[in-house]
Amino acid sequence: MDTQNLTYVGKDIPRIDLKDKAYGKVRYTNDESKPGTLSAALHISTHAHARLKHVDVNEALKSPGVHAVITGEDFPYQVGPLLGDRPPIAYKKVRYYGEPIAVVVADQEHQAKYAAGLIKVEYEPLPVLQSPREAIKKEAPLIHENMKDYTVMVKGVHSVPNTNIANLTKIRKGDMKTGWKESDITVEEKFSFKPADHAALETRVSRAEILKDGHVYIYSATQGPFYVQKLLSECFNIEPGKISVETPLVGGAFGGKGCVQLEFIVYLASRAVGGRMVSLVNTREEDLISSPVHIGLEANVKLGATKNGKLKAASYEFYFNTGGYSDMGAGMSKAGAVDCTGPYKIDHVHCDSYCVYTNMPYATSFRGFGHPELTFVMERAMDLLAEKLAIDPIELRLMNAIKPGDTTPTQTHLNSSNIGDVSSCLRRIKELINWSEGQSTTTQDGKVRTKGITSFWKTSSTPPNATAGVILIFNIDGSVNLNSAAIEHGQGTKTVLAQILAEKLQMDMKKIHVTMEVNTKYDPHQWKTVASSTTYLAGRAVMAAAEDAIFQLKQIGAVALKCLPADVVVGNGKVYIKDSPEFYVNIKDVAVGYKFPNGNSIGGLIIGGGSHIVRHLTPLDPETGYGKPGPQWTVGAQAIEVEYDPQEYTYKIIKAATVLDAGKVINPNAAIGQMRGGMYLGLSWASRETFMFNEEGRVLNPQFRSYDILRASEVPEYLVDFIETPLVDGPYGARGIGEYGVIGMAGALSNSLSIASGSSLNQLPLTPEFIWESVEGRND
Amino acid sequence: MLNQVVKLTINGIEKEVYVRNAETLIHTLRHELGLMGAKPACNNGDCGACTVLVDGLPLNSCHTLTVENENRSITTIEGLTDTTIQERFIKNWAIQCGYCTPGFVLNSYALIETEPDADDATIDEWLDSNICRCTGYQEIKQTVKEVIQMRGTNE
Amino acid sequence: MINFDFEYCKPKTWAEAIKQYNNYRSQNKQVMYVAGATEFISRARMDEVNPEVIIDIKEIQECRVIHQQNSELIIGAAVTLTNVADSNVFPLLTKVVKQIATKTERNKITIGGNLMSNLPYKEGILPFLLADSKIVIATDKGLEKRSILQVFTDSINLRDGEFIVQIITDIEIIKQPFFTEKRTKQSSVNYPILTSAAIKVDGLTRVAFSGLCPYPFRLQQIENLVNDPSVKGEKRIQKIMKQLPAPIVEDMHATQKYRAFVFERIVSKIIEQMEAVS
Repeated sequence: MDTQNLTYVGKDIPRIDLKDKAYGKVRYTNDESKPGTLSAALHISTHAHARLKHVDVNEALKSPGVHAVITGEDFPYQVGPLLGDRPPIAYKKVRYYGEPIAVVVADQEHQAKYAAGLIKVEYEPLPVLQSPREAIKKEAPLIHENMKDYTVMVKGVHSVPNTNIANLTKIRKGDMKTGWKESDITVEEKFSFKPADHAALETRVSRAEILKDGHVYIYSATQGPFYVQKLLSECFNIEPGKISVETPLVGGAFGGKGCVQLEFIVYLASRAVGGRMVSLVNTREEDLISSPVHIGLEANVKLGATKNGKLKAASYEFYFNTGGYSDMGAGMSKAGAVDCTGPYKIDHVHCDSYCVYTNMPYATSFRGFGHPELTFVMERAMDLLAEKLAIDPIELRLMNAIKPGDTTPTQTHLNSSNIGDVSSCLRRIKELINWSEGQSTTTQDGKVRTKGITSFWKTSSTPPNATAGVILIFNIDGSVNLNSAAIEHGQGTKTVLAQILAEKLQMDMKKIHVTMEVNTKYDPHQWKTVASSTTYLAGRAVMAAAEDAIFQLKQIGAVALKCLPADVVVGNGKVYIKDSPEFYVNIKDVAVGYKFPNGNSIGGLIIGGGSHIVRHLTPLDPETGYGKPGPQWTVGAQAIEVEYDPQEYTYKIIKAATVLDAGKVINPNAAIGQMRGGMYLGLSWASRETFMFNEEGRVLNPQFRSYDILRASEVPEYLVDFIETPLVDGPYGARGIGEYGVIGMAGALSNSLSIASGSSLNQLPLTPEFIWESVEGRND
Repeated sequence: MLNQVVKLTINGIEKEVYVRNAETLIHTLRHELGLMGAKPACNNGDCGACTVLVDGLPLNSCHTLTVENENRSITTIEGLTDTTIQERFIKNWAIQCGYCTPGFVLNSYALIETEPDADDATIDEWLDSNICRCTGYQEIKQTVKEVIQMRGTNE
Repeated sequence: MINFDFEYCKPKTWAEAIKQYNNYRSQNKQVMYVAGATEFISRARMDEVNPEVIIDIKEIQECRVIHQQNSELIIGAAVTLTNVADSNVFPLLTKVVKQIATKTERNKITIGGNLMSNLPYKEGILPFLLADSKIVIATDKGLEKRSILQVFTDSINLRDGEFIVQIITDIEIIKQPFFTEKRTKQSSVNYPILTSAAIKVDGLTRVAFSGLCPYPFRLQQIENLVNDPSVKGEKRIQKIMKQLPAPIVEDMHATQKYRAFVFERIVSKIIEQMEAVS
């Protein structure tokens, strides 16, 4: 399979950022400070839905060290990435518990926090909506009364004024009547889960400074420095070139740092104090509830199949719970629709995917972008169908696995490049989890061991013009600096980009210096570091930049070697003659200009530049969903083995397995780490993570001691393997892989526990109490 | 008096800091002493990202007032150099975003020093103090086990 | 971050602590004792407490001891849960405290702090309730020894200015066979929906629970039933359920119904296991 004969790609190259991390040398956004920086603190809402009758800031203004207090009145406009629906600071009303109402700027952080506590807010409580199914009803109170006036920021967002629907995506493929007619058997089920969180360990943090000449400096823990630049520019009407955004390494993101939130607030705060540098650091509590969260979902699914198990029709209603504001929720509801069927060939598909406002913390992208959510729903339904048909769950999936030649729900034609090999993933996972020993076994002490399976897919859902650039600058020693705006938030992207460059230049990794920090002033534009798109976008940009540099090196090298550029090759730190490698010139001697023995010089600096943009993507047709949502589909299969105690309704997760079609694994260790980490995040979410709300919509567990997280003693053994079906235009055939480990976990865990408990478990998280309740309820 | 001078030994060097009584140790380390290795993440003793060693024992530096630590000897990640555990964290890819790493490294270091024969249950007990959201913990657990084994064979 | 300021005292003797307390109180100041100070920091940063003075008792010699004297085990209030567990002087207590918070936090949390916690759990008290321990209290009039069963109702009732110096337990009792189990919503690091503890003394099982009701409890009526083999299985559990000191808690960790289910399971387990030991 590996006929490419590669030196650096596909190898376990050590990660370039680990040493500094192990020694505590790495600087994250909040580790930098500048003397004279002021601190900001939030006053957040204690109501989930209320009119703000009065916000009294007088006491706060008089408090020691305070410079300014700002409220929604200071900027009564709506912002948002897709739909402009959110004032950066609540204006006239609050729509979720924890929403920022006022911001205090003071000399010291404790002074700002103390003063924030002195702000008095008079609320007029409004009815609280906690379920999207409830919120979509005609008689439901409106959370956004003026939705019709909101600006649609990105084409393809279809809000429905005078409802709580921020976006509606419709998929109409084939003919449902035919589909149901051809189906001998149907299953229908409802699913639900409430919002949870990313809970990255580094809380969100931003600083802003506004210079007298109008330049704005933002320092922020973000996945999209250029996105921050774009949104601030649009929102505050500042030329993008005058906004510089700097992001060092990021302490975990998982999609949660793709949202622009604190940056707006801290800009307003700096503006209120004459442009002085102001810092705003989320507390854990604020990071969990004031800042955006992991989306919730309520869903109805109906599948139809022949008695032999061939899927014929599928119908979905997704009610994504986007909370008080739509942010990326409107994008995730679309992504969920686009891939609603999972990696199966179904000719007749109907899907209405709603992004629904509720009075819960608002949602932004979460690793997998709508896919862990839809996959939980679809894969549970697949298991119910398998049960009804009495077909082995893996066989059912194999029988229906989507292939080149088939079309997706949005009718994109699949070919041997743009879709991975679902069947191979399923067959390999079957071996990995030792399926043949039986899906369910009993241990000697009366526990039940069961296995659950899922297969999944995902396309990137990037905007049709998502792009990334790379600049290569050579040093006098012939080494090269790699500059790109890809954010390193733990995934190892900088190492992977360096490997691609090393391969392309045939240059020792030690000679490649990757700038870890990102600064929009020096680094070329990149859309964001999200959507498992960086290896593809920035990777292709690296290749283009390397080609550019090679072209220049050959031009100068050929002159030095007295031949034509076509006669020379670049590699091993040299430009050498193809058929006589003993004739060469060192890159260090041409990188900053070549000097002849007599002193004459030619060339100058070698600066390689390159970029890549996604091609041929189209917005979806609003009535049918017809369109091309992403460049390719990465596919995979996952399995879980649990040991369940039928007496106590408790369980241990024994094994978690992933087989992913990675196209080409650039760095096996990095890829395995991504899969394990993804499985962990997915299992933690599926088994325990959720916000708990009281009747008034107050979040009861905004701390790690009550927001349950899977701990070290509770993790399973992870098994990981890869299939490699190259993506023709991916760098060395690579597909995006970063998010995928998380996608099938909830489905696989619920499938295994449903078998173990004998009760169909269609809600998350899968706590012992929920299982107990389901089983007891069924027995009653 | 709401503030006072506190004597601390930081990574082997005696320091005097003038702090608010209400100040937690993490704040003093980061803002008075410029030691950014201890990471704030929950400020509530729940996640271990700010772990430091106080007289050799791991403590959440967010959950202790600086004034409580008068005359104590404090080791931060900046004070650990070239230890086997750090080398193995790197080798085993037990690090992704790195934000939890100083806490995990210090806790693991203290574990190995205090319980050189730690069994799996003890390792789990110690490591349950720290949250990592990136790795899934397998590499971290494996690293600690490996170093314990290496020490066992060396003796 | 604690956003208000306070004075901080670290007395060397219990008498000095009492003196400082009274002195500040006479100036009308809000004073609080702390030992591990973990709960204080958590509550202070959420503005749930805001004392003007805190008195840290962890340097008081009597509060730091952990030793046996004659037939008594003495544990200082400022001994950390880690030290309680590592010394393993009271195996049931060791197991109970190891179920609290995390290992790193237990390096800081003290047994006295756990007993005086504002949270409803105070799991550390269960072994002492079972052992009929005595607590030594620093008061205006000197050190006083009181029975824990007398001072404990829904919490340990101390008068203004008093603090716990030590807990004293009969060493015969600490050697007895025991049982303890903590059950949480899901992750082991979380508050208990139920922590149970039992010990068998002179052929009779003593039981105490935390997390089920708004406060920990040990009740004679329940123990009578636990030790009454004439009432069988299910029925015995049902009778025990009727003897609870307060309604079962319903909160974000568990519903009332589920807590009751867990309680029933654990009680059966206790009866079964304790009947098996002689």
